[in-house]
Amino acid sequence: MSWLLAFPIIIPFATAVIAFLNRDKPTGRWWSVLGSLLLLLASGALMVRVLQEGVVAAQMGQWAAPFGITLVADLLSAVMVVITAITGLAVAVYALADIDTAKEKLGYHALFQVLIAGVVGAFLTGDLFNLYVWFEVMLISSFGLLILGGSREQIDGGIKYVALNLVSTILFLSGVGLLYGMTGTLNMADLSLAVEEVENQGLLTVIAVMFMVAFGVKAAVFPLFFWLPASYHTPAFSVSAVFAGLLTKVGVYALIRMFTLVFDHDIGFTHTILLWVAGFTMVTGVLGAAAQQDFRKILSFHIVSQIGYMILGLALYTPLAIVGAVFYLVHHIVVKANLFLVAGVAQRLTGSTDLRRIGGLYKSAPFLGFLFLIPAFSLAGFPPLSGFWAKYLLVKAALDIDAWFIAFVALAVGLLTIFSMTKIWGEAFWKPHPDGVEPKLNKIDRADLWPLLLPIAGLATLTVIIGLSPEPFVQFAERASDQLLNPQAYVAAVLGGAS
Amino acid sequence: MNSIILLAGTRLLVALLLVFSIFMLLRGHNTPGGGFIGGLIGATGFVVYAIACGTEQARLALRVPPENVAMVGLGIALFAGVMAIFFGDAFFTGQWLFIGATEDDKGLPLSSVLVFDIGVYMVVMGSILTLTFALEEGV
Repeated sequence: MSWLLAFPIIIPFATAVIAFLNRDKPTGRWWSVLGSLLLLLASGALMVRVLQEGVVAAQMGQWAAPFGITLVADLLSAVMVVITAITGLAVAVYALADIDTAKEKLGYHALFQVLIAGVVGAFLTGDLFNLYVWFEVMLISSFGLLILGGSREQIDGGIKYVALNLVSTILFLSGVGLLYGMTGTLNMADLSLAVEEVENQGLLTVIAVMFMVAFGVKAAVFPLFFWLPASYHTPAFSVSAVFAGLLTKVGVYALIRMFTLVFDHDIGFTHTILLWVAGFTMVTGVLGAAAQQDFRKILSFHIVSQIGYMILGLALYTPLAIVGAVFYLVHHIVVKANLFLVAGVAQRLTGSTDLRRIGGLYKSAPFLGFLFLIPAFSLAGFPPLSGFWAKYLLVKAALDIDAWFIAFVALAVGLLTIFSMTKIWGEAFWKPHPDGVEPKLNKIDRADLWPLLLPIAGLATLTVIIGLSPEPFVQFAERASDQLLNPQAYVAAVLGGAS
Repeated sequence: MNSIILLAGTRLLVALLLVFSIFMLLRGHNTPGGGFIGGLIGATGFVVYAIACGTEQARLALRVPPENVAMVGLGIALFAGVMAIFFGDAFFTGQWLFIGATEDDKGLPLSSVLVFDIGVYMVVMGSILTLTFALEEGV
């Protein structure tokens, strides 16, 4: 049982080692694909186990629960690991065509796999300090990926990225220290019991806010999101796709985990802050996007706005709202990574990502246009795609508790999202190319074409499947939300003598 | 750097530092020391050599690229954790081998913890050397 939880972390690390030692050979990139495939299998096996048996936990090195490092998977963790593996595989295949040999020689594939290991580790750990370690693993490898190639704007974006993330790390670490000082434990399950016995509940709220700011920087919520649009449009497209899909979502996951399991003592205070944050994040993100003229910058600002929806689900804190947040997380990772991959192909065909300087994609590459429409409409929340159900659940949850204003904000932001998507559509696809370039798909080398289009088509298919038959996914999210709001099973699995 | 004093000192220091780093690595299980500090001391040896004779010579002395040392170290550390699967234990459970153990003497204890420490030693040494060589060559 314990190996089922450990393998999703071991596999990417082992792949990183092998891929790095083969970085000068063309086999290196295939090791990365193979490792991603194995990770998908391992995460699938873990998912099956969690579906059958509920929460599973394992103690690393057989050090018993509140003292050693625990790995835990409930339904939320398991589905996040599966979706990470799917995104990882899609991007690893895409990278076959997207990453040149110069970047491979610098160790792109190894950094990518270490990043995946960090993300998976953050989803699976049941220990607060260990979570910090995984954040560091992610930060170091993502900084490496961000500046790989070393162009001027990459370094510029990278510095902003690291500086702001280090602030978040310091706050996180101080919060961990204070919490340990008050409760004497860092095991999350143990913490959820220990915080109830803390006398000074006011100080606990202060610590909760420190965690909120720390994870808020990672998740790129208002007003802490500035590093994201400053850096995400600079690196290779594979890199920005995996960043867009996964990195901010780890912050959202950490927020959901901590504010359902540990910090649920003063919901009236903490979750009201979260509600305001959610509203402002949605609005500023979408307005920021409206002002941009670059394909990837528009998409970057939309990440911010979409994060707001997930935080909204957490802030409303009703069972249905948490269902919506979980559903939104899964839907968003698939859609957002896919949009960045499409942007990569568009850049290859037209020569730029600046919307003023490109065009004509619909006429000469209608298939790409079709593949763009699916995630773009899903992002904006068109029925019957996955984004519609995600938004429907959240708006319904808001209306159920008479939160009319925030429901209105969520709907208005959806409308503005359509505005941005139609802007990309109109400029990049409909308008003729200003320089008269005919961006045909068959201009791309045939050996490159499949690795580019296959992941996009695969992720788009997943979006359509979630959209057309949302029932099993919603039911799954309901079970996950039930586990989050009733953490007894989680606590019992970690502390209750499981080895 | 053209300094006879430094060159003469280097000849003594490098060998001492490298031996001392292995000593620190091996004593680390029960007494202060271990892979991390050992790796730092070992890296210092090569850094001193690089300052005295140039990074080109230091790279030749190391024989393999420092990035590879770090990554192989990561692989060894990972392997030390995975070893437990052959004995039916959880990830990273320490595995022990007592050579020549009798009833009242534990003999020579060897453990997967030591293997992990060797991995850490290589990761630390490799990463520090990657950084310092790159910096010195950039200057």
